[in-house]
Amino acid sequence: MVTLDHLSDIRRKVSEAEEQRNHRIHVCVAAGCIAAGSRKLLRAFQEEITSRGLNDSCLVKGVGCIGPCAGSPAVAIEPEGIVYCSVKPEDVPEIMDSLAKQPVARLQMSRDLPFFTRQKKIVLENSGRIDPEQIDDYIAAKGYHALYKVISTMSPAEVISEVIKSGLRGRGGAGYPTGLKWTTVAKTGQQQKYVVCNADEGDPGAFMDRSVLESDPHRVLEGMAIAGYAVGANKGYIYIRAEYPLAYERLRKAIKQAEEYTFLGQSIMGTTYGFHVELRLGAGAYVCGEETALIASIEGGRGTPRPRPPYPAERGLFGKSTLINNVETYANISSIIRNGGDWFASIGTQNSKGTKVFALAGNVKNVGLIEVPMGETLREIIYEIGGGMEGQNKLKAVQTGGPTGGCIPESELDTPVDYESLASLGSIMGSGGMVVIDDSVSIVDIARYFMEFSVSESCGKCVPCRVGTTQMHELHAKINRGEGTKRDLELLEELCEVVKHTSLCGLGQSAPNPVLSTLRFFRSEYEAQLTDHEVLAAEGVAK
Amino acid sequence: MQRLSNLPDPPNSDEKWKGVQLVMRKHGQSPHALIETLHAVQHAFGYLDRDSLTYVSDALGVPLSKVYGVATFYQYFTLKKPGTHNCVVCTGTACYIKGVPKLVEALKERYGMALDEVSADGSLTLQSACCIGTCGLAPIASVDGEELGRLSAEELLDKLEEVIHGDA
Repeated sequence: MVTLDHLSDIRRKVSEAEEQRNHRIHVCVAAGCIAAGSRKLLRAFQEEITSRGLNDSCLVKGVGCIGPCAGSPAVAIEPEGIVYCSVKPEDVPEIMDSLAKQPVARLQMSRDLPFFTRQKKIVLENSGRIDPEQIDDYIAAKGYHALYKVISTMSPAEVISEVIKSGLRGRGGAGYPTGLKWTTVAKTGQQQKYVVCNADEGDPGAFMDRSVLESDPHRVLEGMAIAGYAVGANKGYIYIRAEYPLAYERLRKAIKQAEEYTFLGQSIMGTTYGFHVELRLGAGAYVCGEETALIASIEGGRGTPRPRPPYPAERGLFGKSTLINNVETYANISSIIRNGGDWFASIGTQNSKGTKVFALAGNVKNVGLIEVPMGETLREIIYEIGGGMEGQNKLKAVQTGGPTGGCIPESELDTPVDYESLASLGSIMGSGGMVVIDDSVSIVDIARYFMEFSVSESCGKCVPCRVGTTQMHELHAKINRGEGTKRDLELLEELCEVVKHTSLCGLGQSAPNPVLSTLRFFRSEYEAQLTDHEVLAAEGVAK
Repeated sequence: MQRLSNLPDPPNSDEKWKGVQLVMRKHGQSPHALIETLHAVQHAFGYLDRDSLTYVSDALGVPLSKVYGVATFYQYFTLKKPGTHNCVVCTGTACYIKGVPKLVEALKERYGMALDEVSADGSLTLQSACCIGTCGLAPIASVDGEELGRLSAEELLDKLEEVIHGDA
């Protein structure tokens, strides 16, 4: 039987080991930094510390994402809170020399920058702080305390009521109230239920879920185990993309460790509650992010969606009642349980509570992973936290919501980021990809790029999406080549409406978004590329 | 449970089939294990040929047409023998606006093939991946599993020449 004392013992042991050391060197070992050579860097630090005989006073460890991905590989020195970017193994002796003295200025990224000070971390609270492969590190950061609290002191109904109170909405993009979803699954009288985690992060330019899974995998497992307790499920599946081998590997290790500690398995913490988690590897199909397609894929079939209702809550995986939430949604749960739903609801806006993790990418200075309270404006995110544009070019648009989201122009940057405001601009919150596009890029070509993506990812089951996206792409490409006419543009708009309203699933229904939103805000760019552009311009003058 | 003892003999005596059988057993030889099994086959042999698809069909009791349907639905599975070396180019949004089309163009010019093709001499597979999630390093490609960020066309071509001729 696991008790709170066990958890406290582990916490004490970890913090004692840390406090004994004057300096702790955190090297980011998430995928981005590894690609930039952080494993070599980690070894270089270890060797340097050993050769200087500093093993008793310095601790070096691999941690998850520190945040400033543009400065990969990133290193943090604790407890001083110094962040270094683009560190090379040759820089290691200089950094070691500087400990307890002046930081190495040429590598330092100031912690006083808005990039750090303007963020509010809930989901990412442990990212860049704990070793993702050590369960003790997670426990020391109050990990699995929420699961303990839930199992030992709360009824399933109380857990759900806390989630409802928090106002948490699905972080996969659609923003469905999480508490309501949990209630529906809890209320179905079925014996066998499943909890599924959607880790099929397919939006290009989005890497929130990858980072969370690589930086703090136990957090997601804890959220799932709590969800299982609340809705009455004893089995969970995590469906993860094949493109994220490191996240898969870390999850696999985390599950094994959690089972050893009885935080997962037949009898969790010695109670009668049992919950098993299995991993399922995706195989490169974007449409599998759609929940019914994801279920079909876990069942071993082609990932094609089916009409809803029945919703997965009624009839999901293997025909049973199934709760499906996204990685970030589960990652919020343990904090909500520990701090209370009211605390969570005090952050964010009226209808969008809490924080949102964004992957800031493209032509922005501070490319990286950030977490902000809902309701920050796009301008604050890009110009303050993001540090503004990279290079001399001006901002033309910011693309949110992935390939089926929309492009928002500079004039609308003061829009607060919440589900409703982004939808009113013809875009979507999506899972949190935010790609900044500068004025050297043709917006017509960007929209064509997204159409091409939708064409290749359409599963082919329903005609409007299969045929419609292809026709849209061809018309679009024709305009992009400078061969389109006014009639082609009209036809393209007409097709957008048809595909949007008649497609079976979210992919087809939102595939026209990039075209519609760019037409809404950048129509003149399209018109300038038409062959009868002069005629159009003359008509404009005549009016 | 009685089906467990009935795993048919694999198409050949390659030891690697044992790993594949282990995966099928772990999932109780259920038809639901189809994708996991195909992953295991591709992991072991690099691709899915007709014999392996037929074997998986027999072993899991899934019609061959369905096995083929699944194998061709997912981009990750390949029915063609891959080249000795492999280069994956990320075609995600961040990489696209930071110059991936130039890399693709350069690859096409040098090797005369587009993404998702194998070179005629079998030395190289070019693949696309729509976002490997390391957008901070855009544009990015990986060569034989090694990720190379902020890549120029020359750097990529040099790296490929290096690995291909390293064999010779």
